[in-house]
Amino acid sequence: MPVKNKKLNLKDKYQYLTRDMAWEPSYQKKEDIFPNESFEGIKITDWSQWEDPFRLTMDAYWKYQAEKEKKLYAIFDAFAQNNGHQNISDARYVNALKLFLTGVSPLEHAAFQGYARVGRDFSGAGARVACQMQAIDELRHSQTQQHAMSHYNKHFNGLHDAAHMHDRVWFLSVPKSFFDDARTAGPFEFLTAISFSFEYVLTNLLFVPFMSGAAYNGDMATVTFGFSAQSDEARHMTLGLEVIKFILEQHEDNVPIVQRWIDKWFWRGFRLLSLVGMMMDYMLPNRVMSWAEAWEVYYEQNGGALFKDLERYGIRPPKYQDVANDAKNHVSHQAWATFYQYGHATNFHTWMPEKDELDWLSQKYPETFDKYYRPRFEYWAKEHAEGRRFYNNTLPQLCQVCQIPTIFTEKDDPTVLSHRQIVHEGERYHFCSDGCCDIFKDEPEKYVQAWLPVHQIYQGNCEGGDVETVVSKYYHINIGEDNFEYIGSPDHKRWLSIKGKQSDDKESGSSQDAA
Amino acid sequence: MSIEIKTNSVEPIRQTYGHIARRFGDKPASRYQEASYDLEAKTNFHYRPLWDSEHGLNDPNRTAIRMEDWYAVTDPRQFYYGAYVGNRAKMQEAAETSFGFCEKRNLLGRLPEETQKQLLRLLVPLRHVELGANMNNSKAAGDATATTVAQMHIYQAMDRLGIGQYLSRIALMIDGSTGTSLDESKGYWMDDALWQPLRKLVEDTLVMQDWFELSLVQNVLMDGLLYPLVYEKMDQWLGEQDAEDVSMLTEFMRDWYKESLRWTNAMMKAVAADSEANRELLQTWIDHWEPRVYDALKPLAEASTGIEALDETRAQLATRLKKFGLNSQGVSA
Repeated sequence: MPVKNKKLNLKDKYQYLTRDMAWEPSYQKKEDIFPNESFEGIKITDWSQWEDPFRLTMDAYWKYQAEKEKKLYAIFDAFAQNNGHQNISDARYVNALKLFLTGVSPLEHAAFQGYARVGRDFSGAGARVACQMQAIDELRHSQTQQHAMSHYNKHFNGLHDAAHMHDRVWFLSVPKSFFDDARTAGPFEFLTAISFSFEYVLTNLLFVPFMSGAAYNGDMATVTFGFSAQSDEARHMTLGLEVIKFILEQHEDNVPIVQRWIDKWFWRGFRLLSLVGMMMDYMLPNRVMSWAEAWEVYYEQNGGALFKDLERYGIRPPKYQDVANDAKNHVSHQAWATFYQYGHATNFHTWMPEKDELDWLSQKYPETFDKYYRPRFEYWAKEHAEGRRFYNNTLPQLCQVCQIPTIFTEKDDPTVLSHRQIVHEGERYHFCSDGCCDIFKDEPEKYVQAWLPVHQIYQGNCEGGDVETVVSKYYHINIGEDNFEYIGSPDHKRWLSIKGKQSDDKESGSSQDAA
Repeated sequence: MSIEIKTNSVEPIRQTYGHIARRFGDKPASRYQEASYDLEAKTNFHYRPLWDSEHGLNDPNRTAIRMEDWYAVTDPRQFYYGAYVGNRAKMQEAAETSFGFCEKRNLLGRLPEETQKQLLRLLVPLRHVELGANMNNSKAAGDATATTVAQMHIYQAMDRLGIGQYLSRIALMIDGSTGTSLDESKGYWMDDALWQPLRKLVEDTLVMQDWFELSLVQNVLMDGLLYPLVYEKMDQWLGEQDAEDVSMLTEFMRDWYKESLRWTNAMMKAVAADSEANRELLQTWIDHWEPRVYDALKPLAEASTGIEALDETRAQLATRLKKFGLNSQGVSA
């Protein structure tokens, strides 16, 4: 407590307006009021050491946020009134929004729920208040994203049932299982996973690519949301760094626990970002930067500096970072190739890049693209031109942990698929990598529970045994509207008519019978 | 005369999202609807929580209340985040004017020491009650499944933090921002016999598991007796003790409580009406908790307004609960 009769400084005043409202309970036991604080083994010796990552009283919060909302909704209204969707670079861009609304927006809502819970769990009131503010911010993001994309939903397919799809569609189990994993963990792991690994280390590789993509492609609604959310995100990142430093400073026994979480959540985040890499390299008509460039700047450089800084706590860079760094030249191509083949089971369209786009990829990926990917893509383009658009009707094997099909290759040989398997209590489990296999081995009792979409289809739990029934009935993907090749799709035709061009019927996919 | 701007009109292919259309038909939806319905994950959860192996994520069984559809509980204020912060920004602007006015004229600093002490002893300790309410509503926001219900609780949680901060600022005005008055006031909360029944009650709510029971106790029963007692009856009484200026600084709380009745009433009505089993369960909880809340507030009433004021608010609460087919021990007016 400060010296009496002296005016409080800002820091102490904020503490009086937040944590000082808490008290040492005497009618109930502290461990009964905060039952989730200790089971993870994290030792907190002194919550008063918690540094408030930002000092925002509620009156200021209401005021600033209301100003931001007012501006944001003025843009949304103008965008809708002027049919702003007609001014985007190309309708292919909207497919990035479909991926965002079904893959990312539901995570914002899950984050709201997760932060509301941990905003109750900690016995440190300073940390609770910071988490609650993030909870209501995440609710904001979940809701404003619905509003930002509402107009697109009226004019394009595939945006019409995001939350329903998020619970069911095969590739959406990748982001969903990621967040379920964090939310089912204890409060300290949740913050290490989401506040630190996700918000602090990887936000520039998730949030920023989508928002920059919007800026480069004339999407005024989404980019305005992005700018409006920026100051929220800055607060969330500050919380992420404070959390990790606080836990590490509290007790040396916390270091190995946190290291294991950083290893786990780095790898889970890296796998999840394959979807973003694919979006950046393939789904943006006007490209911002290549995925490899983004990874170099935002992970290798910025992340490198961060982990250098954390060295003094005894933290080393995440395990398998070398594998991830090497994979930056491969993952986006491998992911797009997969989505192209399974485009009959997605809520967005896929296509082969045009010649100038292939050239861009060759230039950005001189070591890998021409050698491993371009010939395959040119072959598929040729097949499509001859009326044989390729779809793969065999369901893929999924990794038990990240739930991505086991499509990735070995670090030292991009011609060999990376595959690991172990037998646990008489059952065989499959993995895409050592990273995912290690995560399983640490907590097998958790990952054996995974709801793997392919297994579920084959077990008959998805309203049908054939892909077409699953896709239409269970996923709510409208066949022939939301899915298949972009060229000749209703979105494509509508775009051509907006731009005053005739659709070329010869181009329209003659093989839309894949499923 | 009217002018007509020609626009390039485009026919939409659908009016709203599929999950909104399934509830309300495919017609233009309100911002509240698109922000509030069926956004949360409902099925195919991957793992069970390490912190509660009895339940899944987003598990409706975290309360004993059963609803055919939790989305029957909606917000009459139609608050989604943007509408919520917009409304509160206006309220805080008015509060800021009042606080600025009092500060500039040092209205609280000029009060007799005895009156200042009464404020620190009888009013400011409620900031701790607000923090308890903040925690309880954050729990309900995390446990409730439907977004219409969860969002009302996170708004309520943040409101309570804000109200706790306004109460704290009253003390900071008295002590000239040194914090000494807040320390004094916290001492009453911790040790003064006047506050111990209420502190025990708040601590008891902090170990409750069922989030709907918790919301009922916190937002209906406790607030239902405490807010009218403190911010109506005690406000008048303080005026009689030459502290009428404080009224300006608690106007936010009066406006806020009046508004909060709209959603708590709508929630009670929908839940009680959904089934006889729900109504009976609510009745059991009220029978258990309402007398405890009344007893916990007695010393505060006795030290200020007199017990009749508390009995009056108790009767008001009884009248209110009657509308939902529920009874409490207050003598209904």
